[in-house]
Amino acid sequence: MIAFNKYYNKFNILSVSLVVISMLFLLFKGLNFGIDFKGGTLIELRSTDSKINVSSLRDNLNQMNLGDISVKKFGNDTDYLIKFEINDNKNVIEEIKTNLDKSFGNNFNFRRVENVGPKVSAELLRSGIIAISVALALMLIYIWIRFEWQFSLGAIIALFHDVIVTLGLFSLLGLEINLSIIAAVLTIVGYSMNDTVVIFDRVRENLRKYSDIKIFDLTNISINETLSRTLITSVTTLLALLSIFLFGGEVLKGFSLAMIFGVIFGTYSSIYIANTVLVRLNVTQKTVLREDSKN
Amino acid sequence: MLYFSKFRIFFIFLISLLFILFASSNIFKFTNKLLNKKINLGLDLQGGSYLLLEIDNTPIIEQKLQNLTITIRNYFKEKNIKIKNIKLNNQKLSFTVDEQYKKIILDEFSDEESNINPYYQRFKTHQLDIIDSNNSFTVSYSNQGIIELKTSSQDQALEIVRRRVDEIGTNEPNILKRGNDRILVELPGLDDPMRIKSLLGKTANLTFRFVTNNTEDSFGAEKLMYEDSTEEAMVSKRIILSGDNLLDAQPRMNNETNETVVSFTLDRVGAKRFGKATSTGIGKQLAIVLDGKIISAPVIRDTIASGSGQISGGFTFQSATDLALLLRSGALPAPLKIIEERTVGPDLGQDSINAGMIALIIGFFLVILFIFIKYKIFGLITNVALIINLFILVGVLTIFEATLTLPGIAGIILTVGMAVDANVLIFERIKEELRNEKNNLIAFDSGYTKSRTAILDANITTLIAAIILFFMGSGPIKGFSLTLGIGIFTTLFSVYFIARLLTVLYVSKNKEKEGLI
Repeated sequence: MIAFNKYYNKFNILSVSLVVISMLFLLFKGLNFGIDFKGGTLIELRSTDSKINVSSLRDNLNQMNLGDISVKKFGNDTDYLIKFEINDNKNVIEEIKTNLDKSFGNNFNFRRVENVGPKVSAELLRSGIIAISVALALMLIYIWIRFEWQFSLGAIIALFHDVIVTLGLFSLLGLEINLSIIAAVLTIVGYSMNDTVVIFDRVRENLRKYSDIKIFDLTNISINETLSRTLITSVTTLLALLSIFLFGGEVLKGFSLAMIFGVIFGTYSSIYIANTVLVRLNVTQKTVLREDSKN
Repeated sequence: MLYFSKFRIFFIFLISLLFILFASSNIFKFTNKLLNKKINLGLDLQGGSYLLLEIDNTPIIEQKLQNLTITIRNYFKEKNIKIKNIKLNNQKLSFTVDEQYKKIILDEFSDEESNINPYYQRFKTHQLDIIDSNNSFTVSYSNQGIIELKTSSQDQALEIVRRRVDEIGTNEPNILKRGNDRILVELPGLDDPMRIKSLLGKTANLTFRFVTNNTEDSFGAEKLMYEDSTEEAMVSKRIILSGDNLLDAQPRMNNETNETVVSFTLDRVGAKRFGKATSTGIGKQLAIVLDGKIISAPVIRDTIASGSGQISGGFTFQSATDLALLLRSGALPAPLKIIEERTVGPDLGQDSINAGMIALIIGFFLVILFIFIKYKIFGLITNVALIINLFILVGVLTIFEATLTLPGIAGIILTVGMAVDANVLIFERIKEELRNEKNNLIAFDSGYTKSRTAILDANITTLIAAIILFFMGSGPIKGFSLTLGIGIFTTLFSVYFIARLLTVLYVSKNKEKEGLI
């Protein structure tokens, strides 16, 4: 049996500092919002001419006065991603096409064009925040119905930890936040909850079984009993996600990366956050027995 | 938990087979109508355009209020009340009356039967709000009045957008209302998204009006620019003909001038008016105005009584085709603005399909390999259930002819990764039970029973996340939540029926064997 409980304090300090650092990053560095949430235009180009490179492309587009413009390689050597701010010109795509054709010859294939206006991006951001909040609230309610409030609190603190630290990591690395990241965050919420619930289920069962074991050791027993399941499921989920990350194409990269972070944090938080909340709230057999008599 | 009746086994077998059959209809072609269903590919996979259009209702509101100034004036004139200082400012009408009439005005506006201010019985509110401030009245649309107005302009715009899209002839476009001032257009597999964007962005308000030098024209006149140059001309506000009078419009080649033109045919009213205008206006210039710009202003040489004519204006064949199309499909009630656009080219779509499929196959293979190494014979059982699970999932998507997006494929891969969780929970529990229980059957039975609440809880939490995503997300993300959500149900079916059935069959044959799992 691994003595997870020996490190409860140390990892709690680590988690608190991680959350604080993440918050500071979110506050001061902020998130790198993509055009979904900031508005603007995105163009994915493929060139057939190998002589074209990022800087020549950038120089050319800079002459068009498109405001803050970013040009990057995208996956392939011949693929480029161009992003610029909200532009009132209705025909901007057409003008870019004409301009590029003039400067580089007809060598470009416009593979993807996305254009999000300011009104829509504000709405998407709002509905993304609402979606995550509603998800957290519903999880809280569900766990509250299924378990005692102490468990509910533990699960929610673990969830907040996962969401904040994942977003903090995105802020630190400057990775783009777009619609698919919201989907990833929501799935992380589901996954982390899933993991926590399995351990909590065992904690509750053991609380009923053993009246003489303190919660400090009891959580450790429960973690150990469910450990192999926790690991196997994390591994299979990570295998699936890794395969999306490596082979699923550029579009899914950010999504699968966020999920990979989330699964790792989620597994960690189920063990070291959710359980320690139970310990700190001094949950005893009485807590679950009261629940039983209530039903 | 370990007993399966013959009937149940047959039933499980039947359901699995049915879904596999549906799933395979994506590859094979069935002649049977019921079976011949396919998963739709989302715009991100097959290529196409997603356009969100917003109707700018300001001109309509201003126009309606403008008309209202006359209506109000005439309405109260009949009652011998003189409306003074009537002005339109900032979507509000203001006017004054003599002190003794104030009450009558207010009574008329709040009368549920009055014609001047329609009353919506259902919403218990009038179309217009009237405020009595000091010595003048301010009239504006009420909230409900604005909603009614927006809804009706949305209905009209939707019809026009549909006509224009149909004229271009893309396959299976999807045109839907969003809110009360937006229209969503999904166009799969479009070759030239720029063209449709420019077609939808035009109001196509066509008018025929005389060019005038007389600024004292009783209808008023306005300075308008030419479409293809910076020249201007003074054009009367009197409308001789409008786009509403057109029956048909087609691009043509004028053999005499060797120029591309748009020829049009007028309805009876239009033909009569056109004939009258051309007979009285010989020698004058008739301006053809589209969306506030003059296309051309030919000089009338002869009376045109046939009810047909030509518009010339230096068109290319393409621009003549587009103008004819716009004229045939009619004018939008108000300008449309594209507020969100997502276009994916067909080759990127194909690349995404390939990448998604490779990721699915590799992810699937890795999971299967891992589970087999971990659980041997029970790993095999889990894997069989997993494969059938995947078929059922695809089968369900096929039956509903659901739309598969790239994130949707990610959802399927994630389902594969997470689907084994339930079986792992069960098998790990059985292992624990076997430590204290020598009887295989009892250990397996209690393993299934005791793991049930955890499995249920775990899946419900994921389902909550999927449902929220489905209702809050748009387009591709909806596809993700759909596969993830349906995946939960198919997983539970495959775990509790298929994997359990196979486990039962194996265990009942190896009751006495030790170290079974």
